[in-house]
Amino acid sequence: MVNTAVSTATNQSTKSFPVEHVAKLSNIPITKEEAKKLEVAFVDTLKVVAKLQQIDVTNVSPTFQVTGLENVWREDEVNEKKMFTQKQALANGKKIYEGFFVVPQVINQD
Amino acid sequence: MKKIPSGIRGEIRLGSRCKNINMSEHTSSTLSKYELVCGMEVHAELKTKSKMFCGCKNDPFRASQPNIYTCPVCLGMPGGLPVANKKAIEWTIKLGLALGCKINLFSHFDRKNYFYPDLPKGYQISQYDQPFCIDGVVETDLGPVRIHRIHLEEDTAKLQHKTVDGQKVSLIDFNRSSVPLVEIVTEADIHSAEHAKAYTKKLRQIIRFLDIADCDMEQGGMRLEANTSLRHPGETNLPQYKVEVKNINSFRFLEKAINFEIKRQSEILDAGEVPAQETRGWSDDKGQTFTQRAKEDAEEYRYFPDPDLPPIRFEQKQIDEIKDSLPELPDKIIKRWFADFDVETKNSDLLIESQDDAKWFEELFVEAKKAGVQPNALANAVVNKKLIIAEPRQIAQTIKTFQQANQTDTVDEAELQKIIAEVIAANPDAVAQFKNGKTNVIGFFMGQVMRKSGKKLDVKQLNASILKTLSSGQ
Amino acid sequence: MLNTLTLKQALDLLQAKKISIKEIYGDIRQSLSQNERLNVYLTLNANMETDAESAVNKPLAGVPLAIKDNFCTQGLRTTASSTVLDNFIPQYESTVTKKVKEVGGVVVGKTNMDAWAHGSSTETSQYGRTLNPRNTDYLPGGSSGGSAAAVAADMCIAAIGSETAGSIRQPSAWCGAVGLKPTYGRVSRYGVVAMASSTDSPGPIGKTVEDTAILFNHIAGHDENDSTTSPQVAPDLTKALNQSIKGMKVGVIYLDHPGLKEVAPLVKKELEVLSTLGAEVEEAQAMDPEASIGVYTVVQRAEVSSNLARYDGIRYGNDRSFFGAEARRRIMLGTYTLSKGYADKYYLMAQKVRTLFLQDFERLFKKYDVLVSLSSPGFAKKVGASESSSMFGELEDMLLEASSITGLPGISVPCYRDEKTNLFLGLNIMAPMWQEEKMVKVADAFEKNTEWNTWRNPIGK
Repeated sequence: MVNTAVSTATNQSTKSFPVEHVAKLSNIPITKEEAKKLEVAFVDTLKVVAKLQQIDVTNVSPTFQVTGLENVWREDEVNEKKMFTQKQALANGKKIYEGFFVVPQVINQD
Repeated sequence: MKKIPSGIRGEIRLGSRCKNINMSEHTSSTLSKYELVCGMEVHAELKTKSKMFCGCKNDPFRASQPNIYTCPVCLGMPGGLPVANKKAIEWTIKLGLALGCKINLFSHFDRKNYFYPDLPKGYQISQYDQPFCIDGVVETDLGPVRIHRIHLEEDTAKLQHKTVDGQKVSLIDFNRSSVPLVEIVTEADIHSAEHAKAYTKKLRQIIRFLDIADCDMEQGGMRLEANTSLRHPGETNLPQYKVEVKNINSFRFLEKAINFEIKRQSEILDAGEVPAQETRGWSDDKGQTFTQRAKEDAEEYRYFPDPDLPPIRFEQKQIDEIKDSLPELPDKIIKRWFADFDVETKNSDLLIESQDDAKWFEELFVEAKKAGVQPNALANAVVNKKLIIAEPRQIAQTIKTFQQANQTDTVDEAELQKIIAEVIAANPDAVAQFKNGKTNVIGFFMGQVMRKSGKKLDVKQLNASILKTLSSGQ
Repeated sequence: MLNTLTLKQALDLLQAKKISIKEIYGDIRQSLSQNERLNVYLTLNANMETDAESAVNKPLAGVPLAIKDNFCTQGLRTTASSTVLDNFIPQYESTVTKKVKEVGGVVVGKTNMDAWAHGSSTETSQYGRTLNPRNTDYLPGGSSGGSAAAVAADMCIAAIGSETAGSIRQPSAWCGAVGLKPTYGRVSRYGVVAMASSTDSPGPIGKTVEDTAILFNHIAGHDENDSTTSPQVAPDLTKALNQSIKGMKVGVIYLDHPGLKEVAPLVKKELEVLSTLGAEVEEAQAMDPEASIGVYTVVQRAEVSSNLARYDGIRYGNDRSFFGAEARRRIMLGTYTLSKGYADKYYLMAQKVRTLFLQDFERLFKKYDVLVSLSSPGFAKKVGASESSSMFGELEDMLLEASSITGLPGISVPCYRDEKTNLFLGLNIMAPMWQEEKMVKVADAFEKNTEWNTWRNPIGK
């Protein structure tokens, strides 16, 4: 389900929003001006969302999917038709080298 | 109340569930002040034909080119959607049952969100709070290791570092992207580097025996991670910090890395400080671990159930069927081979690679016994490569080859007795040692008799003869 | 002008060889050049005529269709109206467009939309807004604004759009067209740029209810590429046409909401037609739709934040600095609602309230065959309106979010036209999950017994 770690966030009010932290988590580069504008937008949005808190959800379990489907899977077969050729796989990449996608070197390799 | 998983890296503090483990006699002397608290996470790539969430070929190691086994799904293209590999799920359940786990009848896949170039969707489909298997155990010679959980997830692409046109770059190959991966997480029950090795070896043996993964460590088919920390002996609370050691791809490195960490952490603790909570890698060139990245107290993965994959619900009946279909597992076979055939564990361990092998060798031992050949002698010969089994392997042929290679000369019984008497008479000190309880002096006598006779003698019979003479004689 | 034909008419004439591919595409091309300022199409299929010629003997006979630009079309640029995908040429086909092409449907081009489907105006498109063909001072709605406008301007015979919460029904309403949102899980999402995975529903936008029924038949059904599609065989919705609605129980919801004061009376009057046709129409109480705004906002943004994580410019497209302001806001808000310390308060909470909405509709459908309301709280808004609030989209879709988050099917049919502005209101007819026939029955009856459909009842005639 969701991260149920105990919340120790001191910043529960909608008065300020951790824009830079969230931008970093979202991997989106933002400037300081944007950060200011975004903070206003978020506060507005959270005000609307806050109304949710007033609803009584005692004994209500969450719904993550509405179809009610279960146990959907496929047999362990190779689907040649759906596979890309190397050319197709690489077709939209900006930087390619000898069949690989290329990015600037990532430090701290996992 | 939902059970909070405690094996997840850094996410939540481990509760004090660890019992006070006694240290093994193998640990180094620097450990006398501290005891090791260690849990392991092992990833194994399942050898299904196709990938975990798409029908691409699952064969990254042998692919002749990069990026030839991809599709919109495992390449993270817009609109790609996952479809789960049924076999991978069954095999995960199988593994869980083989390790004595409880199977969650209701489970689902979750998204683990983070950014990295080898993760095409920007999230990995894994399992968070309802993994397929929980609460098992692996027995080893150095003590049991409890299994906290086993879950199923998809592998990432492979990154390679290179300098191209003067620029330092990383090259990405998505052949491996979305290959099925089981993750086996233990409790912090491991109390020494040797114990970690024993656990990992046993785990690999079981996985291979079930024929669900090749666990080739050099190729990354099995990856080891050890979470290590130290505490004072007798303490039951878990240490305040944890150092994760990753990128270990051999048993030797595992042992070395853990022992290095014990030493390194001891020194820091001795100085009155606490080791930094971090991830470290092992460098065999330098013989030490090194910082890879600082681990925040809790990684921000923002897990939530994957809306693209319906949940999985088993009936107990189905689980029971899978359980019934499990083969007899290595440990049981090894015990039986010892009881019924006197085959030593160290030999069985090496012969029991697969179910086919187990079956074949058992038949071999049965026939060997009938033919008057010691199964353990046979086993020993195979293990030490003194006996090469010709393909296609045949039981009768194998026994015959062994007998021919170990033929003993015929010897006149009376003459043999004479030689034995002579050797005994010539070695009063050895006889005295024998009478004083040093029974393995028999080996010396046997050697002497064989040399004097100049013949190849049947070891078992000779042993019995000498023993008889010594015990009855003066 | 052949581009003004309905799908049914075009199929009949093409199949009877009374009109040719050349003729119909000639008229389509003419409408394209006449309506360039509407900014409906982002990319055109240069081979539309040749594609059509080779499709004449198939069920869709080569008819020209507009496809929303979030459906991946092999070899044809697909952008989701974002410059992140400015140069993206898919090497694969979405299931929906594959199905459409297999039966002879032809792609005229890819239509403009709110970037990433984030919106209800088409103004967040990074390729400029689309204008409402009914009155170009106004917006077409969104996010399938381009597709709805293409239909309204007869720049195609029919269109494909997608709805996450209102994105088919609302622009259809604003453009005076018919928009059918199938049950979630009825139509495959494979190859559709994902927005909110648990509510995204591809569906047809057309000139008449019949047209949408025909297209629905060709795109609905189980897909092995999409684990969330139902194995049920999809109903033949053309069988729900021309049916009597006598005895059907119709529940009218939301119309007493204070925000609808001006338009509610107009709709209530139109609903009398249903009574005349023998249906039992009465007002019903549903859960406050305002609560659905919160649920939808959280769930959608959370799923969006995850679904848009793949756009890093490595394997395709441009890097994340290309994301527009709306996309950034949504991604970041979504990240926030899933993050440590807030997931319980927001995400989990929203999913629980979602359950309440499911239970509420369950209760209502025990009594009623269909539920009806307005598709939009008012007429189309003026150009520039979406900049008024960072919650513009969600507020505009207030009347549609509850049915979207619960997976219900719904269809919007024109139910009023303002003579002065030439703007429309749409009637939203919702059915229980998997029972699209019920809503099509009622929609078709309403359309045929009123004069609001401008293809059945051309203005001025």
